[in-house]
Amino acid sequence: MSTAIKCRVAITGMNAKPDNPGPGVAVARCLKDSSDFQGQIIGLGYDSLDPGLYMQAFIDESYLLPYPSAGEDALLARIEEIHQATPIDILIPCLDAELPNFIRLASKLKSLGIKTVLPNAEQFRLRNKDRLPELAEHAGIECPDIKSITNVSFFNDCHEKGWEYPLVIKGIFYDAYIVHHKDEASSAFRKVATQWGYPVLVQKVVKGEEYNLTAIGDGKGQLIAPVMMKKMALTDKGKAWAGVSIFDQKLLDAAKRLVAAINWTGPLELEVMKDRQGRYQLIEINPRFPAWIYLSEGVQRNLPFALLHLALDEQIPSDPDYHSGILFIRYAQEIIIPISEFENIVMNGSGRSTPGTEQS
Amino acid sequence: MDSINQFVSQHSKSMLPSADRLQHLAISESGFIFDPVSGHSFSVNETGMLIIRLLQQGKDLPATIAELQNSYSEQSVVIERDLMEFISLLREQVDSSL
Repeated sequence: MSTAIKCRVAITGMNAKPDNPGPGVAVARCLKDSSDFQGQIIGLGYDSLDPGLYMQAFIDESYLLPYPSAGEDALLARIEEIHQATPIDILIPCLDAELPNFIRLASKLKSLGIKTVLPNAEQFRLRNKDRLPELAEHAGIECPDIKSITNVSFFNDCHEKGWEYPLVIKGIFYDAYIVHHKDEASSAFRKVATQWGYPVLVQKVVKGEEYNLTAIGDGKGQLIAPVMMKKMALTDKGKAWAGVSIFDQKLLDAAKRLVAAINWTGPLELEVMKDRQGRYQLIEINPRFPAWIYLSEGVQRNLPFALLHLALDEQIPSDPDYHSGILFIRYAQEIIIPISEFENIVMNGSGRSTPGTEQS
Repeated sequence: MDSINQFVSQHSKSMLPSADRLQHLAISESGFIFDPVSGHSFSVNETGMLIIRLLQQGKDLPATIAELQNSYSEQSVVIERDLMEFISLLREQVDSSL
C-alpha cells in the first residue's frame, strides 16, 4: 500500500456512542493515519450530536444527511448539494440501513463523478440475514437456523417446534437481543419491529467464542487484505470493547469461499461463533467496515486505504505480512465544541473543521 | 510405575495437544503464552516453559519425562504426575478452541 492518493473521501457513520459506535470515525482515522493518503475527509452524519462531525483530527468538513427512511431521492438531492459545495471523489457508506439507498444510487453517483465500491442489489440480498443458511451451505460453512417472523404469536409455542430458548431476536438491518422466555421474546420482537420494521428474525443461539473477519471483496471472487479478530471484552450491546488480531486458516478459507460464492464487492465483516466442537458457525455478514476497523491499521493492513485503490481502479498492492497478537482497547473521550460550530451543523447542516480541543 | 510408563508410551501422542497448535504458540521470556489461532493467552512458570519448548521440539511424553528428570531432582513418579496434570491444563487452553 505504497502509492500516494490525493482525493476527497466522504464517509458516513459519524455516530460514536461508546456502547455501539458507528464505523465512520475509525474509517476516517485509518485514512488520516496512512502516510500515503494526502486527501481530505468529508464526514457525513445523520444527527447534529454525531461526534465525528466535530473531530477535526480526522474530519475536514462535515455535513448532515437525511435519514435513510427519507428515501433515495432525498439522499441524492442532498449529496448533489454537498458535491457542489465540496466535490466528492469517493464515498464510503458505513451503516447497514443506508446501504440499500446507496446501492440504488451507485450509477447516479458515478455519473456525478463520485466513485463507490459497493455490492450490487443481488449480492446485497444474498447476504441478508434471513438467507444466511442458504449462502452458508453453498460456501460450506455451518450456520444456526434462522427464521423470519411477522407475528408475535410465534413465541406462544415455538419451543414445541424446535425453537427452544435462549433465542436471538434480530432486526432485518440491525439490532439483536438474546431472550430466555416468551415475555422477553415478545418484548424484543416489538422493540425490533418498531425500530427496524418487518420481518423480525429469530436465530438459534450458538454457544462458543465470537470471532470476526473484515476484508474487501474485489467483485471477482477475491478477498483482499483479510484481518481476523477475537473479541476480548464486550459492551452491554455485545459490541467489541477490546479485541486481539488472530490468524486462523480455517476462518480465512471459509471467508474466501463465502466471498467467491457471491463475488462480493466492497467492504465486509463476517461474524462467526466457534462452537465447542471447534466449528465456525456463520452469524452475520455485514456489508461494510466494522467499528473496529482501526485494528487493520494496527496490523498494517489499512483496509480503508486499500479500498481507495479499488475505487480508483488502481492496482491493489499485495497483502503485507499479517500481524497476529495486536490488541485494541476502546475508550470514550469528550470533544469540546464551540456553540457556533454546533449551530452551523444544526442550522445549516454543515460545518468546517474548527479548532476544538479534546479532553479525556 | 511400569504400568504408568507403559500407558504414557502407548498414549503419548493422543494425550498431547495437537502438534500444529503447539508449534504456533508464541512464548515470551516472562512465560506469557499467546495462541495466535484462538487469540487465547495464558501464563506458565519456568518449568511450564521448558515443557512447552520440549513439546515444540517434537519430544514425546517419555522423552519429555526423561528431560525433566535430568533437570529436576524430584522423584520420577512426582514428575510424571505433575507433567500429566500440566498437559491436561495445556490441552484445555490450546485444544478447547480447536
